[in-house]
Amino acid sequence: MREVAVVAFAQAPSFSPDAERNEVEMLAPVVREALDRAGLSIQEIGFVMSGSCDYLAGQPFAFVTALDAVGLWPPKQESHVEQDGAWALYEAWVRMQHDEIDSALVYAFGKSSLGSIRDVLTLQLDPYYVAPLWPDTHAIAALQARALLEGSDYTERDMAAVAARGRRDATIDELLTLPYVASPLREHDCPPVSDGAAAVVLAAGNLAREICERPAWIRGIDHRIEPQGLGLRDLARSTSAALAARHVGAGNGPIDVAELHASYTHQELILREAMGLGAGVAINPSGGALAADPVMVTGLIRIGEAASRIMSGEAKRALAHASAGPCLQQNLVCVMEAA
Amino acid sequence: MSDPVLGVVSPVRLEYTFSAGRAQSRFLRGLMERRFVGQRCGKCQGVYVPGRGSCAICGIATDEEVDVGPQGTVTMFCIVNVPFAGQQVEPPYACASIMLDGADVALFHLVQEISANEVRTGLRVEPVWENERRPSMESVRYFRPVGGDHA
Amino acid sequence: MAERCAVVGIGQTKHASRRDDVSIAGLVREAASRALEDADMSWGDIDAVVIGKAPDLFEGVMMPELYLADALGASGKPMMRVHTAGSVGGSTAIAASSLIQGGIHERVLTVAFEKQSESNAMWALTPKIPFQPPVVAGAGGYFAPHIRAYIERSNAPDDVGIRVALKDRQNALKNPYAHIRDESLTYDTIAESPMLWEPVRFHETCPSSDGACAMVLTNEAGGDRAAKAPAWVHATAMRSEPIMFPGRDEVSPRAGRECAAAVYAEAGIENPRGEIDAAEIYVPFSWFEPMWLENLGFAEEGEGWKMTLGGATALDGELPVNASGGVLSSNPIGASGMLRFAEAALQVRGLAGEHQIDGARKALGHAYGGGSQFFSMWIVGSEKP
Repeated sequence: MREVAVVAFAQAPSFSPDAERNEVEMLAPVVREALDRAGLSIQEIGFVMSGSCDYLAGQPFAFVTALDAVGLWPPKQESHVEQDGAWALYEAWVRMQHDEIDSALVYAFGKSSLGSIRDVLTLQLDPYYVAPLWPDTHAIAALQARALLEGSDYTERDMAAVAARGRRDATIDELLTLPYVASPLREHDCPPVSDGAAAVVLAAGNLAREICERPAWIRGIDHRIEPQGLGLRDLARSTSAALAARHVGAGNGPIDVAELHASYTHQELILREAMGLGAGVAINPSGGALAADPVMVTGLIRIGEAASRIMSGEAKRALAHASAGPCLQQNLVCVMEAA
Repeated sequence: MSDPVLGVVSPVRLEYTFSAGRAQSRFLRGLMERRFVGQRCGKCQGVYVPGRGSCAICGIATDEEVDVGPQGTVTMFCIVNVPFAGQQVEPPYACASIMLDGADVALFHLVQEISANEVRTGLRVEPVWENERRPSMESVRYFRPVGGDHA
Repeated sequence: MAERCAVVGIGQTKHASRRDDVSIAGLVREAASRALEDADMSWGDIDAVVIGKAPDLFEGVMMPELYLADALGASGKPMMRVHTAGSVGGSTAIAASSLIQGGIHERVLTVAFEKQSESNAMWALTPKIPFQPPVVAGAGGYFAPHIRAYIERSNAPDDVGIRVALKDRQNALKNPYAHIRDESLTYDTIAESPMLWEPVRFHETCPSSDGACAMVLTNEAGGDRAAKAPAWVHATAMRSEPIMFPGRDEVSPRAGRECAAAVYAEAGIENPRGEIDAAEIYVPFSWFEPMWLENLGFAEEGEGWKMTLGGATALDGELPVNASGGVLSSNPIGASGMLRFAEAALQVRGLAGEHQIDGARKALGHAYGGGSQFFSMWIVGSEKP
């Protein structure tokens, strides 16, 4: 396996809904910052990959105008997945395994504030039998939360504890007094509506060592999907996250930091179980998806944040996770290490 | 008995608030003043109209504003014959890429006050503005030949 | 060193304006099952699935790979979804071959589809964007000016497009999967058909189709063991450029020229016109054949139309183009690019049936998308590279 590392990461300074700037204006400074940090020009980059989703923009081909933010000239190898940027990073990593390129730029963007993201995501569901009922994402996630509470020892208190960890001013008891959005989910159990962009630069072997004092070496990256039917799987367990974690050898050594794409508090509990992340692991020091959830970018940010801990010297071994689809249907796990 | 159900019509209604973005907003406000406002790239000096905030080939921010037009030249065109939903002009009509004077990227718009099959590459055109001023490309009703240039 | 990649199974659906007889899952399974059968493999043999399609607005399903995980036997496996506009079928095949070449997986199922009858393709291609008047009428309205510009630059006679349409539609009569199979079409019926976006007439325009295409890709060992003759991937290439910038040539985009140069270089081809036996290129409007012949380096600038009119691209010509009938005969948008790649592979495997080009040993598959800005190509051969 060819050695590939994350050598630079940049993200939007704020993820609050931004009515003033469009996707290109949001993305352009992020791409420039990532390239600057890597000390590479776009011309020197070997491959460009991106992740985004037309339905967030309400227009087809949303990724086409985003190219304006990159300065893709002369023409270059470039591709796009209609998935979270984490999967774009995966494709770039795969390409670097066999192609004679030493670097890749991966970016993702999305403005969840343009439409009603809760309703937009309903369109991910089975178009014949489920989507016409228009259950929104909070309702679907609540099904999973209920399944977890009834099938395990976890309680609403445990969910509130996840939320409280990310907040300065709220105690668990205070949070538990708030009304439900979709029982058993309260507002703090759910993700915020966010606009954002992020970019990562990957580099191989010696180039990575030239660019970065402590590259975050990707030791394993894998993703798995489960059946979509909500009744076809045990919603309280994430078998695909467990499978992906096993494939990347997550359990082969201690993990210092784990960045998990858990958009709902109960999902963090499920993912920790699935991937065997015990008390010694720092979970989501970035605040995770509950602090900012720019759909299509959130997973890529987890990889960037985890990599940043290694690049700064804070961590030796980090795990990053991304998910897609209702109730953690699809999961990607990436393990990175310092040298 | 009834026929088998082969399909189901599932209405989808989603509302989006569209953000033109800073660069395009400057352009749209310019239209209210009957100006075409473009942006110049500090590196390649190319002028984009409407501006997009970023130069597509240099990858740097384009902050410098430049007034272009109002006249321009047709660089490419076609004659639309096919009806479609939301169409505002009865076909056949010509629509063209118009390079406004001073711009390096063309705008796409209708060309009227000339028979569609007389439109040609190189035709000089000028905008015909709507009376009502609004921040929209619809402020330009269409382009017409300059000074009755039909030759 | 990259692992060699073999195409060991190919399947496609009968393409039609409406496939009311199947759901989206059914459509995709039809192509995938045929590819597995062709490969003499079963769902359980597949390690990963790579799916591609054009905008989700065409079906009204967001990220349909999530819904299709079950139908494609992907549970417990990696699944990816590529979207690069019209070129997507090609870039999907390339993403799948990358997994093999990188040694990540040994057997990959790749599928591309569109069931555009479920939504409204014309609306989905040109939705009303705020602040802009609805001027451009669908994809044809965007490309027709480029075609006019080509005709002006090259002094091509008016009817080159008609001849391309006639050739491709007649080729389709030999392809049982093609959407448009019209024996009554003649030069005159095409010439007399309504003008849509001058100079493109109705019969010179691609249809809107429901359809899917699938391939099974394996590593070298899989290719050696294959039930039938495999197609070996000799080269793949992708290039993109921005849609609008000062000095852009939309008629023969640089990204296309450089993509072609890259794919020939990787395949060790120095004389494309002489060394390639068959080409499946993405021609959604008739005039794109001469335009792409030039962009691909098969003809000098301004001479593409001469190559077409001279018969070089006919079934019995020096370089048959679109023996399958091409995009002009079947256009499930997300699948069209993969159909080009798959048909090229069918040719070198000797499995193209009635539209087989005798002795085809090297073939080019080509796809483009967006504002003629995304290009994906591959070269496949009957021998290992």
